[in-house]
Amino acid sequence: MSKLRAFGAFWYDFVVGDDWVVAAGIVLGLAGTYGLHRAGVTAWWLLPLVLVVLLPLSLSRAVSGPLLPRRTHGPRTPQASPRTPPAH
Amino acid sequence: MSAAGSALFIAVFLACAVEAVEATTIVLAAGTARDWRSAGTGSVAALFVLAVVVAVLGPAVSHLPLTTLRVLVGALLLVFGLQWLRKAILRASGHKALHDEAKLFAEHLAEAKGQQARRSFLAPDWYGFTLSFKGVLLEGLEVVFIVLTFGANAKNVGLAAISAVCAVVLVAGAGFAIRAPLARVPENTLKFVVGIMLTSFGIFWGGEGAGAQWPGSDAALLVIIPAVALFGLGLTALLRRSVEGGGGSGIRLPAPTSPVAR
Repeated sequence: MSKLRAFGAFWYDFVVGDDWVVAAGIVLGLAGTYGLHRAGVTAWWLLPLVLVVLLPLSLSRAVSGPLLPRRTHGPRTPQASPRTPPAH
Repeated sequence: MSAAGSALFIAVFLACAVEAVEATTIVLAAGTARDWRSAGTGSVAALFVLAVVVAVLGPAVSHLPLTTLRVLVGALLLVFGLQWLRKAILRASGHKALHDEAKLFAEHLAEAKGQQARRSFLAPDWYGFTLSFKGVLLEGLEVVFIVLTFGANAKNVGLAAISAVCAVVLVAGAGFAIRAPLARVPENTLKFVVGIMLTSFGIFWGGEGAGAQWPGSDAALLVIIPAVALFGLGLTALLRRSVEGGGGSGIRLPAPTSPVAR
């Protein structure tokens, strides 16, 4: 069972990576492009728009959220203000 | 060679070169710390497995309808491309530590030296064999994926394969000639460029597969690639400002010296 889980985790990590929002956004973007095409509407602009939304969103999640590895050693001090230099 | 052919060659070459640098570092560490014969046998065994994967997957991929293939490949390229691009932007803007091949080599070396020797029927040193086998297999799988998807989509698997072989031979040859990690390869810059290429091809093929018709057909790529590059560089500049202004992630890093940190 643990081998099966490890196998699944490997493929999840290989395909989806560390931000599932990007993968979900791309699937929605492709589905939307197909939908526009079926409705007879020009559809080429949707995927570039998805990129313009997804990349900054994912970057912002990485910078402020859990996508970046945190330091585990040394004293951690809470930031008093956005201009306070980070703790050594 | 046509513009689309050149773009295909460059994209595959750069992507495979990055993977080859990482595989070479692991094999060099296995050979230096353990045993060159075991590291070599591990690499050859992994190449054999990869050849089997190509023999099985190659015909299967080429039998898929082009529209289905383009949607699948476009989606995967977009996911991979955006992951690479996001990490490259975070590195270039100082939010993430730069990829350091010399440091990785030292880490692999230290780990390999700490393991006990164990003989097997395949190699004099089992640890050196498996370290090398896993490194080549995992990085090689990505090379295989790149060649098959790019090649099948562009209906030119031969050109994609030639490009990949050139990249792997060049990188592995250089690595084994100097018997040291290829720390001078500007890997962070390469990853930025590869992220741009994967994302651009992903947008183009994914859109085509989903039914979109690009203005100018294949020539649209010549607009998409620079547009994605400019967007990535713009985001890097914005994020770097937030680091310089003290609004970073709390990880203190040296300031990058070029738009794409080396």
